[in-house]
Amino acid sequence: MEFLYASEVLVNGLMAGVMYSLVALGFVLIYKASGVFNYAQGVMALFAAMTLVGIMEGRVPFAHLINAAFGTHVSSFGWTVPALLGIALTALVMVGLAIAIEKLVLKHLVGQEPIILFMATIGLAWFLEGLGDVMWGADVKTLDVGLPQGISETAETLTNDWLGYGFFIDRLDIWAAVIAALLVAALVGFSQYTKQGRAMRAVADDHQAALSVGISLQFIWIMVWSIAGFVALVAGIMWGTKSGVQFSLSLIALKALPVLMLGGFTSIPGAIVGGLIIGMGEKLFEYFVGPLVGGATENWFAYVLALLFLVFRPQGLFGERIIERV
Amino acid sequence: MTHDPTPDARHIGPVLMDLKNITLRFGGVTAIKDISFDIREGEIRAIIGPNGAGKSSMLNVISGFYVPQEGEIWFEGKRRPAMKPYEVARLGLARTFQNIALFDGMSVLDNIMTGRLNKMNAPLWSQALWWGRAEREEVENRAQVEKIIDFLEIQNIRKTPVGRLPYGLKKRVELARALAAEPRILLLDEPMAGMNVEEKEDMCRFILDVNDEFGTTIALIEHDMGVVMDLSDRVVVMDYGKKIGDGTPDEVRNNPEVISAYLGVEHA
Repeated sequence: MEFLYASEVLVNGLMAGVMYSLVALGFVLIYKASGVFNYAQGVMALFAAMTLVGIMEGRVPFAHLINAAFGTHVSSFGWTVPALLGIALTALVMVGLAIAIEKLVLKHLVGQEPIILFMATIGLAWFLEGLGDVMWGADVKTLDVGLPQGISETAETLTNDWLGYGFFIDRLDIWAAVIAALLVAALVGFSQYTKQGRAMRAVADDHQAALSVGISLQFIWIMVWSIAGFVALVAGIMWGTKSGVQFSLSLIALKALPVLMLGGFTSIPGAIVGGLIIGMGEKLFEYFVGPLVGGATENWFAYVLALLFLVFRPQGLFGERIIERV
Repeated sequence: MTHDPTPDARHIGPVLMDLKNITLRFGGVTAIKDISFDIREGEIRAIIGPNGAGKSSMLNVISGFYVPQEGEIWFEGKRRPAMKPYEVARLGLARTFQNIALFDGMSVLDNIMTGRLNKMNAPLWSQALWWGRAEREEVENRAQVEKIIDFLEIQNIRKTPVGRLPYGLKKRVELARALAAEPRILLLDEPMAGMNVEEKEDMCRFILDVNDEFGTTIALIEHDMGVVMDLSDRVVVMDYGKKIGDGTPDEVRNNPEVISAYLGVEHA
């Protein structure tokens, strides 16, 4: 029985890990393509989720500003938008955001040190956070795109029949796992087998060389940020459905950091495996060691594990080994 | 090197690129002062000069990395408007770099394939599903790339990540990538820089063979006079941003201004 409890914890840990991976993926994409650590990735997920809720509920963007400026009392268009259409529209907004980021920020920082670009993304994070609040209001929103939630009875019955003990697995987690798998398959296929993917890898490696073979940096950057925006949207949907759309959503980025250190900043499969290890590790650690030290180990376990990795394998599990040839 | 660069042995065509009164300034420094010359179809055209003469700036102007403040660039009989480097590349100008700019994380094969990115036009869905036009294109392009790999004798390293290769081979891969684009003009920025004698001889042979067999027009920069004189049909000599000589290697060799620029003394 003890073993079965532990297995249940393990499975749930893996599922939670998938959710971390979803966030980490967005970081990896942008890091791979432009060598920039995008601090704003978490806020992008929040912004995407807020926009999706706003669109689906037919909220008027900038309602507060409009009301303050014109003395009106608008708040809603009075319609609702179905989830799929809402997601498509939000994806378009994220593409628009990518174009704006390229035109207003990245374009002016071509050839700058990575630390400068990193600082710019910190600024971007604060800006987006404010923009999201001004556009859609700072209230806690609920997001329901029709994803099933709660205990999966199929899983419970199945495990009960096999093992004599019904596992508790959240249906949302199962969906998250399926969606993450599809997303990764699509991303890997895109970057390995398409012309645009090859161009993306080329830009990641050397700007000058990429230009010399006729690749437009602008186009690639817009494309990469759009994809990262879409990944943020997916992460925002999963996390927003799980725990509501509110400021704390942007903090999931912090959980993505240890995932990246484990998996490596440049590897898409690494983001997945890293997420799984962190998710599984922290749940099992909490289960076995938590009671001995008074619990709440989930708050720090991931970071300690990441630190250990930094000491022994700084490039992560799947990252590119840094070889300095002298 | 038994090649004999006499114009009548090969076909030298009409003017392909014409540079008229090019002036390039960086702030107060004038890197190129009012230089004009042309590049004919099928020839090997060299730009030489001592260090700091403005040769690399000239090549960067041709390849669109720098935009000159004054002057006109005519290509295939039409005036070329101000363009971004990637647009120039799409026009059919491929280049290599003095300090080697390859995609270190990719294999040799993938690196060379990037040279053909603009030859692929299959829609994204076709590429993703690996069906129809995308498959046809990939096969065609791979065949072309394999031809170049054979030609430059780098079959044995085709799957090696470029970052692991020694310097001389990297230079050769860079040449392969530029060739893969089937350029109208191939621009080589100091192709022999930093090489040992053997590597230099190999590179010379490849440059001549490329010109011979594919009829590729080549413009190259070098400061090693000896190499250039053996290779080229016509030579432009630059010093302090100005053109001080232009003509066949023999004409240039006997040009008093060129001699003084290279020897740093007034000739007698």
